[in-house]
Amino acid sequence: MKYLIRCLKVYRKEAILAPLFKLLEACMELTVPLVVAAIINTGVAGADKGYIINACLVLVAFGALGLFFALTAQYFAAKAAVGTAAELRSRLFDKLQTFSYAQIDRLGASRMITRMTSDVNQVQTGVNMTLRLLLRSPIVVFGATAMAFVVDPQAGLVFVGLVPLLAAAVYLVMGLCLPLYKKVQERLEKVYLSTRENLAGVRVIRAFSLEESEKEEFEARETALKKSQKRAGALAALSNPLTYALVNIALIVLLYVGAIRVQGGALEQGDVVALYGYLAQILVELIKLANLIITVTKAVSCQKRVGAVLDMEGEPSLTKPVSAERLEENAPAVAFKNVSFAYAGGGKTLDGVSFTVQKGETVGILGGTGAGKSTLVDLIPRFYESTEGEVEVGGENVGAIPADELRARVGVVPQKAVLFKGTIRSNLLWGNKEATEEELLRAVKLAQAEDVVAAKGGLNGEVAQEGKNLSGGQRQRLTIARALVKNPEILILDDSSSALDYATDKALRHALKTLECTVFLVSQRATSLMHADKILVLDDGKLVGQGTHEELMKTCRVYREIYASQVREGA
Amino acid sequence: MKKGTFGKILKYLQPYAFLIVLTVLLALINVAATLAVPYLAGLGVDCIIGKGEVDFARLFRLLAVIGGCIAVTAVSQWCMNVLSNRVAYHVLADIRTAAFRKIQILPLKYLDDRAYGETASVVISDAEQFSDGLLLAFNQFFTGIATVLGVLVILFVLRWEVALVVLLITPLSLVTAKFISSHTYSMFKKQSEVRAEQTAFIDEMVGNLKVVKAFGHEEENGTVFKEINDRYKKCSLKAVFFSSTVNPATRFVNAVVYALVALVGAFLVINTANLEVAFTVGNLTSVLNYATQYTKPFNEISEVVTEFQNALACAARLFALIEEEPEVSDAGNLELGQAKGEVSLEQVKFSYTSEQKLIENLNVHAPAGKRVAIVGPTGCGKTTLINLLMRFYDVDGGSVKVDGKDVRALTRKSLRENYGMVLQETWLKEATVRENLCMGRQNATEEEMIEAAKAAHAHNFIMRLPKGYETVIGEEGNLSQGQKQLLCIARVMLCRPPMLILDEATSNIDTRTELKVQDAFQKLMVGRTCFIVAHRLSTIQNADLILVMKSGSIIEQGTHKELLSCRGFYYELYNAQFAE
Repeated sequence: MKYLIRCLKVYRKEAILAPLFKLLEACMELTVPLVVAAIINTGVAGADKGYIINACLVLVAFGALGLFFALTAQYFAAKAAVGTAAELRSRLFDKLQTFSYAQIDRLGASRMITRMTSDVNQVQTGVNMTLRLLLRSPIVVFGATAMAFVVDPQAGLVFVGLVPLLAAAVYLVMGLCLPLYKKVQERLEKVYLSTRENLAGVRVIRAFSLEESEKEEFEARETALKKSQKRAGALAALSNPLTYALVNIALIVLLYVGAIRVQGGALEQGDVVALYGYLAQILVELIKLANLIITVTKAVSCQKRVGAVLDMEGEPSLTKPVSAERLEENAPAVAFKNVSFAYAGGGKTLDGVSFTVQKGETVGILGGTGAGKSTLVDLIPRFYESTEGEVEVGGENVGAIPADELRARVGVVPQKAVLFKGTIRSNLLWGNKEATEEELLRAVKLAQAEDVVAAKGGLNGEVAQEGKNLSGGQRQRLTIARALVKNPEILILDDSSSALDYATDKALRHALKTLECTVFLVSQRATSLMHADKILVLDDGKLVGQGTHEELMKTCRVYREIYASQVREGA
Repeated sequence: MKKGTFGKILKYLQPYAFLIVLTVLLALINVAATLAVPYLAGLGVDCIIGKGEVDFARLFRLLAVIGGCIAVTAVSQWCMNVLSNRVAYHVLADIRTAAFRKIQILPLKYLDDRAYGETASVVISDAEQFSDGLLLAFNQFFTGIATVLGVLVILFVLRWEVALVVLLITPLSLVTAKFISSHTYSMFKKQSEVRAEQTAFIDEMVGNLKVVKAFGHEEENGTVFKEINDRYKKCSLKAVFFSSTVNPATRFVNAVVYALVALVGAFLVINTANLEVAFTVGNLTSVLNYATQYTKPFNEISEVVTEFQNALACAARLFALIEEEPEVSDAGNLELGQAKGEVSLEQVKFSYTSEQKLIENLNVHAPAGKRVAIVGPTGCGKTTLINLLMRFYDVDGGSVKVDGKDVRALTRKSLRENYGMVLQETWLKEATVRENLCMGRQNATEEEMIEAAKAAHAHNFIMRLPKGYETVIGEEGNLSQGQKQLLCIARVMLCRPPMLILDEATSNIDTRTELKVQDAFQKLMVGRTCFIVAHRLSTIQNADLILVMKSGSIIEQGTHKELLSCRGFYYELYNAQFAE
C-alpha cells in the first residue's frame, strides 16, 4: 500500500476533497426522507399547499446542490486517480530501468509489461472507484442509520441490527467467491496458453496434423473454465438476493416497530415513511457496493503486484569502492582474474576463468551451446556481476566504474538483433547522441550495412517497432553499426553475424580489423575466429584453451574437435 | 454491420432458447414480486394512521405477504442469475471454440500477417468482454425493461397524474446520459489512442530493457515516457471525468422527479381526502418508492446499452475471425498414403504480396531418396520453398508435385504426414517431454521413443531433467535453445517419414553435438528425400543436388563438385568460409 499512498500524496488535496464532497452530496440525499416526513406530517396533515410547494422546492434545491457536490467530487476523484496512476506508472518505469540483467531475467519481460499496463490501469480504476463510491456507500449506510436514530431511537435499533448482518453477508459471499475466482483465472490462463501455442506453433501443429488433438485439448480446457465460471457465478449471484432479503426483512420489522410506536403516540405516520425511505437508500447503496467490491479487490491485488516490483532494489551504479591508486599506463584492456559466475539458482556457468587482453587486440570466443560465451562477455560491461574473482577494464575493477560510464566505453551487439521504432538515424543515434552525419555513415559502411540503408531510402528510412520491417541479417548489420557509432573502447559482437552469409561476414571481419578498439567476437564457427589475435575456448564454463589458431590446433583438444567438425571435408 | 452482428449473436443463443425463455420468465416473476413490496408497504403505512389508530390485524397480514414476496424475489433472482450465467458462459465457450477451430483451418498467410498477440486477444479478451456484455444484458436489461413497464402500469392504476409526471420527466435522464456519452466518445477514442502509443512504447523498451541498458539509454527513455505519460494523464482525466458526470446528472433528474411526485402526490392526498377513492399517505409512500425504482433501471438501461455496444464491437471482431475465409478445403482430395518421395516443382510462381514478386518460374526435381540442399543469402526464398513444399502456402502459378501428384489434389494431412520437419524456430508445447516427442506418433512405444531420443543425443539431458521424460517443458521453460532443437530432431526421428525438411536444423547446436546429430541424420536420411537449408556449407557437401538461390530464383544447381568447378556464386560463398 505504501507506494500507492506515496503516489496518492502527490494528489493529497484531490484525494481529500473528493470524498469530502461525496460526503456533502450524501448529506443532501439523507435529508430527503426528512423533508418527505415533514410534507406528510405538516403539509398533508394540515392541508397546507404552500408548505408542500416550498418543501418540494427544497427537494429540488437539495438535488441541485447534490449535483454540484457530486460533480466536484467526480472531478477531484478522477484527477486523483488518473494522476496517481500516472505517477505510479512513471515510478515503475523509472524503477524497471534501474534493474540489473539478473533482475530483468528474474521478472521476465511479459511480467514487467503487464505490471506497467494492465495492473496500473486496474489500480487507476480502483482508486477512482474508491474515492467516488466506496467511501460514499458507508457514508450513506451509516448516515441513514444515524438519521433513523434522529427520527426515532427505537426504530434506529432496527438499522443497527441490520448493518452488521449485511456486512457479514457481503463479507461471507465475497470470502467464498475469491478462491473460486482465482480458479477461474488459472483456468483462463490455460485457455490463453493453448491459443498462443497454437498461433506460435501453427507450422509444427499442421506439419504433424495435430489440429484435432489440439482442438480436443482446447475444448477440454474451455469446458473446465466454463465449469469454474459457472460455480463462481452461482455463488456470487447469492449476494444480491441475500442483501435484498435482509433489507426487506428489516422493512417488516420496521413497519411492526413503527406501528407500535405510532399506536403509542411516540411517532407520526410521516416518520414511518421517512424511516422506510432510509431503508430504501441503504438497499440501493448496498447493491452498488457489492458490484464495486470485485473491482476494488482486483485493484488491491494488482496494487500488491506493482508494489512488489517497486520494492526491489535497482542495480547500484558502483558495487566496489573506487580505488585511490593511479591507474597503470599500460594496463590491459580487459582482464579476468579467476572469474566464476552462476545465474540465480543455477550451477556455475563460468568457472575460474582467467585471461588478459591488450588494447587493440581482437579476441575470439569459441565454444558450444551453453559453454558460457555470452555470459563471459556480459561480465565486461557489468551486465552481470561476477560471483567470484575480478573483472577489470583498463586496469580498474568494473564494479568501481560507474555503470553509465563503463557502458559508454563498451559497445555491445547483442545476440538478438533489436531495433526500435523510428528511423535508421534515430536508432544509430542510440550509440551516440552527438554523432555527426559522417560518423553515422562511416559506422554504416563498416557494418556492411550500406545496402540496407540504401534499400530503406537513406538514414531517414523508417524502422518499425522492433525493426520488424527488416530481415534478420539487415537488423544484425544495423545493430553492429549502432554499436560502432559509439566509437567504443571495447566492442563486443555476441554471435551477431549468425544471420549473415559468409561473404558479408568476412567483409565485416575485415572492416573490424581496421578499428583501433579491442574487439570481442563470440561465435560457434571456428572459421569466423581463426584469424583473431587470441582465441578463448570455452567448454562447460571452463576456459580450456587460449591462444592463436595455430597454437590451439597444437595444444587444445576441444578446439581441434570443433574445428574438425566444421571443416570436415573443407579446405 | 451492427445488425448483422446481432443476427449472428442470436444464432449462437439459439441452442439456449429454452434457458433464455426461462430466464425471462424468472425475470418477470422477480420484477412482479419486487414491485409488489412498495405497494404492500404503502398499504402497511395506511394501517398506521396515528396514535391509537393502528390496524394491527391488517398490518400483520400485509407483513406476511411482504415476507412471501421477499422470498419469491430472492429465490427467483438467484435462479435467474444462475441461468443467465449458464447461458453466457456456454455461449462464450461455444464462440471461443468456434474461433479456435477456425484458427486451425485458416491459411497461414492470415496468421503470418498478424502478431500472435492480436489474434489471441480476439479469442481471449474480446470473447470475455462479449460474454460480460451478454451477462449484463440478461441480468439488467430484461429486469430493467420489465421494471420500467411494471412501474408505469402500477402508477397508472394508482393515479394517472403521478404516472404522467414520471413518464414525462424521466426520459430527461436518458437524454442527459446520451448527450454526455456522445460527447465523451471522442475523448475515449483519444485516450485509447494515446494508451496504444504508450503500450507500444512500453512493449518495445521494457521488452528490450537489456539493450536499453547496454546503450545507457535510460534517461532518454525516461523523458519520452514522461511526455507520453503526461499526455495520457490529460486525455484520461478528461475521459474519466466527463464519463463520470453521467451518474450525478441522472441522479439530479431523479431528484426532480422525486420532488414533483411528492408535490403532485401530496396535493392529491389533500384533494381526495374526502372522496370515496382517496389517495392515501400510504399510496404516496408507494408512489415515491416507485419513482426511485423506476428511474434506477432506467439509468441502468442506458449504461447497459453502452456496455452492450462495446460487447457488440468485440463480437464483430470475433465473428470477423470466425468468418475469415479458411484454406481451400481438401475434402474429396486423394490420400497420398506412404509416398515414395519424388518431389518436383514445375514453373512455380509465388509471392506473399502481389506488389512484390518473389519466386518466378522455379523448377526443381528431386528424385525419391535424394538429398537436396538449398543455400543462398538471407531473404532469397529458402524458407518460402519450405512453405510451398509443406503446402503452408499455395503456389500462384505452376505446381508442386509429390510422386507425380499435384499437392493441391491431395489432402493436407496425408501430404504432411509424409514430411518430417525441423524448423529454425524450435517450438515445443507446454507439456511433458514425452508428449512433445510423441507428437507425430502418439502410439510410439517407450523403447521407440527412447531410441529416437538417444539417436538425437537428447536422452542424456532428458534424464538429467527433474522428472526425466515426464518433465513439463515450455517455450519459456528450462531448456536451452540447443536442447530444444535436439528435442525437435528427436521428434522427427520418431516419425521416420519418407521426406525430410531441415531448415537451419542445427544452427543452435554446437558443432560437436551437431557432428553426432549429423551422424544420426545420415542414418535417418538413407532412402528418404531430404530438403536441407543451411548456412554452413560443410553440412551439405554430400547432397545429391545443391540449389543456389538468390532473390527468388535458382541461379545455380548441381553437386558440390560441379558447383565448385563452375566457379560461380557458390564457389564464392564456399571460399568465403576459409579464405581471408
